[in-house]
Amino acid sequence: MSKTVTIAIVFFAILGGCGKRTNSVTLAGSTAFQPFAEKLADQYMQKNREAAVTVQGGGSAVGIQSAISGAAQIGMADLVQLPEEAKHLNATIVARDGIAVVIHPSNKVSNLTTQQVRDIFNGTVRNWADVGGENRPVTVVSREAGSGTRSSFEQTVGGIALTKEALIQDSNGTIRETVANDVNAVGYLSHGLLNDKIKAVTIDGQECTSAAIAADKYPLVRPIFLLVNGEPQGQVKAFIEYVLSVEGQETLKSNGLIPAR
Amino acid sequence: MALIGEKGVQRILLVTAFSAMSALLLIALFIVNEGVPFMFRYGIQGFLLSSDWDPSSGTFGIFPMIMASLWVTVGALLVGAPLGIAGAVFLSEFAPRPVMRVVKPAIELLAAIPSVVYGFIGVMVLAPLIREVFGGPGLSVLAASIILGIMILPTVISISIDSILAVPQSYREGSLALGATVWQTVHMVTVRAAKSGIIASVILGLGRAIGETMAVIMVAGNAVKIPDSPLDSVRTLTANIALEMSYATGMHREALFATGVVLFVVIIILNTVASVAMRKRAAKK
Repeated sequence: MSKTVTIAIVFFAILGGCGKRTNSVTLAGSTAFQPFAEKLADQYMQKNREAAVTVQGGGSAVGIQSAISGAAQIGMADLVQLPEEAKHLNATIVARDGIAVVIHPSNKVSNLTTQQVRDIFNGTVRNWADVGGENRPVTVVSREAGSGTRSSFEQTVGGIALTKEALIQDSNGTIRETVANDVNAVGYLSHGLLNDKIKAVTIDGQECTSAAIAADKYPLVRPIFLLVNGEPQGQVKAFIEYVLSVEGQETLKSNGLIPAR
Repeated sequence: MALIGEKGVQRILLVTAFSAMSALLLIALFIVNEGVPFMFRYGIQGFLLSSDWDPSSGTFGIFPMIMASLWVTVGALLVGAPLGIAGAVFLSEFAPRPVMRVVKPAIELLAAIPSVVYGFIGVMVLAPLIREVFGGPGLSVLAASIILGIMILPTVISISIDSILAVPQSYREGSLALGATVWQTVHMVTVRAAKSGIIASVILGLGRAIGETMAVIMVAGNAVKIPDSPLDSVRTLTANIALEMSYATGMHREALFATGVVLFVVIIILNTVASVAMRKRAAKK
């Protein structure tokens, strides 16, 4: 009995010791940026053996909340405009991400103007014939309320009050599946997730490619922020600097994001 | 046993019995505590009867979701109950015993298939089929009803079979001796005698259908609107909570808890109505 107690005490003492390590950094927020942040954290820890970086998801809203409350030192958010309560946070743009408007590959439409995208998602355009396609009904597919991708899409296009007919899917991946399976569908998703089962339309004549996004030509682009409450210091500062370094930006680029610099 | 004694065992079992109930109580208290204050602050009428759901602008009306849950559940019963009851009658009254011994466990295996797999089949096979044949987006009330109808089959069939088999053999023999055919015996005697069990099986199926989340999110399309036809896309109460939970903070989060309260109440009402109906019929007999 006393042996078990001793072991337990030693165990918790060790755990406690871990928690007190001053070099640990926690990131939380955007699920779109989470996989990239995990990759960067791994690379960063390879270089700095004494550093400990943990990455959690939760969504952009959680990222902002936890940066404010201090639950995480760094919040991740992928919104075009940060909400009022996040204005006082120290925000660094670490990457950019294009939002592609996608349709079924068999759909003849290849270009939409921003106004046409707005009309389709508002429900005023309900037939593909109105935007140069065949005489078929339009099935609008969108994301759930609160999604960073949705709010970025609605803000960059501007003036969208989503039609009630819209189907709602809860991730980039299911949007892709729905559009790939429905000849009438139109949806939007992160540019890094395009594949040949779906077709990305050009917006105002601009193709959704890394080059067009980097050159600021493609209109639907959102920044990815790292948010810190107050001036970044110590490990937090070092990690953000690493993300912005040539190596960090190169990692983002090779995984499909557009580097910030 | 001597170590603990009769009284001790009794107490331990008492504690276990109450711990199950206290879990229910805690969950109920928690969602009521999180959701009900919001409903009063927002206005119960606006929350239940308005059809505008737009969390980003602070409007929370869940009437479309309530209607969606009702449509989908009724649809699932229309698909699942006749199939299940007819199947149970055939297996227990007409099929040779060895056939039933193989088929019944096979049907019960349907319950072991995870709901996400049902949803996947719905998205990949059923929705495109509905879109081809009937038009519309495919992800619809109809797709959800068919998938849920299949999901409740094992519950309906196995409980119905058990209750039909529990009818005393002498009832059947008496009816046959009076000159009734086998079919007359089945629908006028056996099924009537097993009625309460059959109704119970449908109620349990209903409980499963209204509470199912994953498969419904995948096949119902989740549009926030009151359906006009079975080909429309809908969002059920459960889907509404699951879809937006991960992002919701503040008022939005409370609104989702309030949705949970409504779901809780709807299920209690449905179950009460069903069990009252069941008792009335039993009393008539």
